[in-house]
Amino acid sequence: MSEVEKGQVMTANRLRDGEVVFLTRAGVWSEKIDDAVLALEPQAKAALETRAADDVRNTLVTGHYLFDAERINGRIRASHFRERVRTLGPSVRPDLGKQANGNAGGFPVFKD
Amino acid sequence: MYRYDEFDHQFVRERTAQFRDQADRRMAGTLSEDEFRPLRLMNGLYLQLHAYMLRVAIPYGTLSSRQMRQLGMIADRYDKGYGHFTTRQNIQYNWIKLEDAADILQALADVEMHAIQTSGNCIRNVTTDHWAGAAADEITDPRPVGELIRQWSSLHPEFSFLPRKFKIAITGAPHDRAAVKVHDIGMRLHRNDRGEAGWEVMVGGGQGRTPMIAVTVRDFLPEKELIPYLEAIMRVYNLYGRRDNKYKARIKILVHEIGAEKFRSEVEAEYARHPHQQTQVEQRELARISAYFADPKFEKLSRFAPAFEDAKRSNPQFARWAKNNLATHKTDGYAIVNISLKAPGEIPGDATGEQMRVMADLAERYSHDELRVSHAQNIVLPHVRLNDVFAVWQKLAEHGLAAANYGLAGDIIACPGLDYCSLATARSIPIAQAISRRFADFDREQNIGNIKINISGCINACGHHHVGHIGILGLDKAGEEYYQITLGGSSSENAAIGTILGPGFAFEDVPDVIEKILNTYLAQRADGEEFLATYRRIGAKPFKEALYAAA
Amino acid sequence: MPLLKNNAFVTDDWVHLADEESVADQQRVTVSVERLVREWDDLVNFPGLLGVRLSNTSKEHDLSPFVPQLALIVLPFPAFADGRSYSIARQLRLDGYQSELRATGNILPDQLQFMLQVGFDAFEVTDRFPLDAWTKAARQMSLAYQRGLFRKAGEREVWSERHQGFTAWEEQPHAG
Repeated sequence: MSEVEKGQVMTANRLRDGEVVFLTRAGVWSEKIDDAVLALEPQAKAALETRAADDVRNTLVTGHYLFDAERINGRIRASHFRERVRTLGPSVRPDLGKQANGNAGGFPVFKD
Repeated sequence: MYRYDEFDHQFVRERTAQFRDQADRRMAGTLSEDEFRPLRLMNGLYLQLHAYMLRVAIPYGTLSSRQMRQLGMIADRYDKGYGHFTTRQNIQYNWIKLEDAADILQALADVEMHAIQTSGNCIRNVTTDHWAGAAADEITDPRPVGELIRQWSSLHPEFSFLPRKFKIAITGAPHDRAAVKVHDIGMRLHRNDRGEAGWEVMVGGGQGRTPMIAVTVRDFLPEKELIPYLEAIMRVYNLYGRRDNKYKARIKILVHEIGAEKFRSEVEAEYARHPHQQTQVEQRELARISAYFADPKFEKLSRFAPAFEDAKRSNPQFARWAKNNLATHKTDGYAIVNISLKAPGEIPGDATGEQMRVMADLAERYSHDELRVSHAQNIVLPHVRLNDVFAVWQKLAEHGLAAANYGLAGDIIACPGLDYCSLATARSIPIAQAISRRFADFDREQNIGNIKINISGCINACGHHHVGHIGILGLDKAGEEYYQITLGGSSSENAAIGTILGPGFAFEDVPDVIEKILNTYLAQRADGEEFLATYRRIGAKPFKEALYAAA
Repeated sequence: MPLLKNNAFVTDDWVHLADEESVADQQRVTVSVERLVREWDDLVNFPGLLGVRLSNTSKEHDLSPFVPQLALIVLPFPAFADGRSYSIARQLRLDGYQSELRATGNILPDQLQFMLQVGFDAFEVTDRFPLDAWTKAARQMSLAYQRGLFRKAGEREVWSERHQGFTAWEEQPHAG
């Protein structure tokens, strides 16, 4: 039986190049969803919010928000199909985006 | 075509420098994102699902080959080798870096282009008939007025912070190919009994979540009064348009809420209130601009082009393409060549940098250096000698640009949808791909005939689903993509908003649904009757039965 | 809030009265538009200079009887994307108002040139930006396509320059 943990991931776009990034446990931004910290509790979510807002002010990232995600067998996946497209790249161009450059993480396709 | 003079060059150069400074200040942190957003949007720079997206204006859809080559260069150098031609005759790039944006604007300025007002709550790029200056049914080429409006609306100090975006479309032909009745302002040029040219001015059309057909506020506005009259409309909208709810902020809602009569009287009162500057300057400016749009030197040719006829006889594939993708030119011996960017299974409106260069080369050699972008996301070579058409087709075919489906089921309008757009609620492109593959068989597609299938990935309706003969709207229903079907829409002079057929369908079922609709049409149509005419005659019932009764 | 006028920060020598405050002993006062209308019979005899603070939902034509008596009109920008006051300013200037027209509220340096062009000549601005940010922003564009703008920043009208000799105003309202 795989264990599913539900929580939220903080995402944003890197200010200078627009790349989609995720906030990690170490408080830095990674291009790969598998590196993200999955916040389970309100406190953890608030901490991510604070950290992201700081980095928005410090002009590292822009457009930050939390989205629903789940950890399945240690790998993180976005719950909603919108965020899946964002973590992978366009479903109609599998040659582009994270799905093409090794940053897709453990769930590299839009549909199972 | 229009060419910049020293003023236009300086204007765009200064605007580019201004944006470079704004982007630098944003990256340095002295401008916050909230402050920067409206500034970057007024230069066409969005933050999208995967990255920044830059939308470049192609005023009234007209391009020179040099400009098209530069668009290809930008695709290769600053993006991932392609661009997307949009339903507003623009092009957008999906993978832009903020730190490159000013350099791209500079590259555009080098070829007399810009991204000014391709976004934001301001007057957007004016659109028109993609066959302007070439169509056989045209009264006057509307593009000089398009250029006049482009200049007048550029950084208009009074109308740069409107309640919402503002789109103007104009046409100079009785057959409306510019969808003027579904724009904030639509204008149709016509002549009165004395042979003078004037505008029918329509206001308050639009798509989005509240689709509406525009109402006529002036039947015949003398050409020289155009700019002052537009100012009066814009001022009434800027003052009284709603700002409390962005979904009710378009001018159509104002016209609807206060009523067409009241709106008209407000505009006329505003128009009468202030003395106008003499309009001779506008007249002279229009005359100056018009000179740039004089016809190219067409040769005196016979209507019958033997080489063209021979090529059709000896090459059935070419003959098929020619049947669908050519339109009648106003000059004997010439044709309008429509390049479909909708090859079966491909992404509607996308072209690679290489394809852009190929089309630019063809325009330079065979079409008096001109190309057009259509709101249906295709490219037009407006002035090709019939006897050159075969050579053009051969070159197009070598580069995947010879799809013979112009105006047919595979020629689908589709917004980028959830594959790229952060506003989307569902994907549009894969639906378009699946449908175009389904109807790729030439004889079958030909048998179905002229039909407009339009797909939007959200209620904002960039894919014009409301005015598709068949409209498809992608929604999110409890975390699944879900598609609502409308029938009977039209963007032509007989504009109509489509009617929702019934409950929506799952992603996988859409191609079957479209097939059932088209089979119902084939079974019911009278001789020579196109889809829209059949629908208008028989109504929605037979289609509903085909889709829902059997299930 | 610094007051920006003629490329300098200056002291605001106007007193902006709340509706219950008396105008007695004042030299230069602004009142709300509601008070202006309500107390016009008294205010018209005010010996000092009189100004009004409009809301951006005020109908400018309701104000026209008072305009010749006014030495200051203040127009608000409740948000920098709320552009109603650009049109009110344009109407006031088109109707011949010649005294100070002041913008207040959320104003960005990048909007200053637009405001100057529609006829504003004073700005209550945030102290977040230094003076040179404002003065630089006021002359970012040296050209404008539109005609009939106020051109305090010195920009040139493209259409008028292209067609010299056709720049005068029509005296008569159009026969439309």
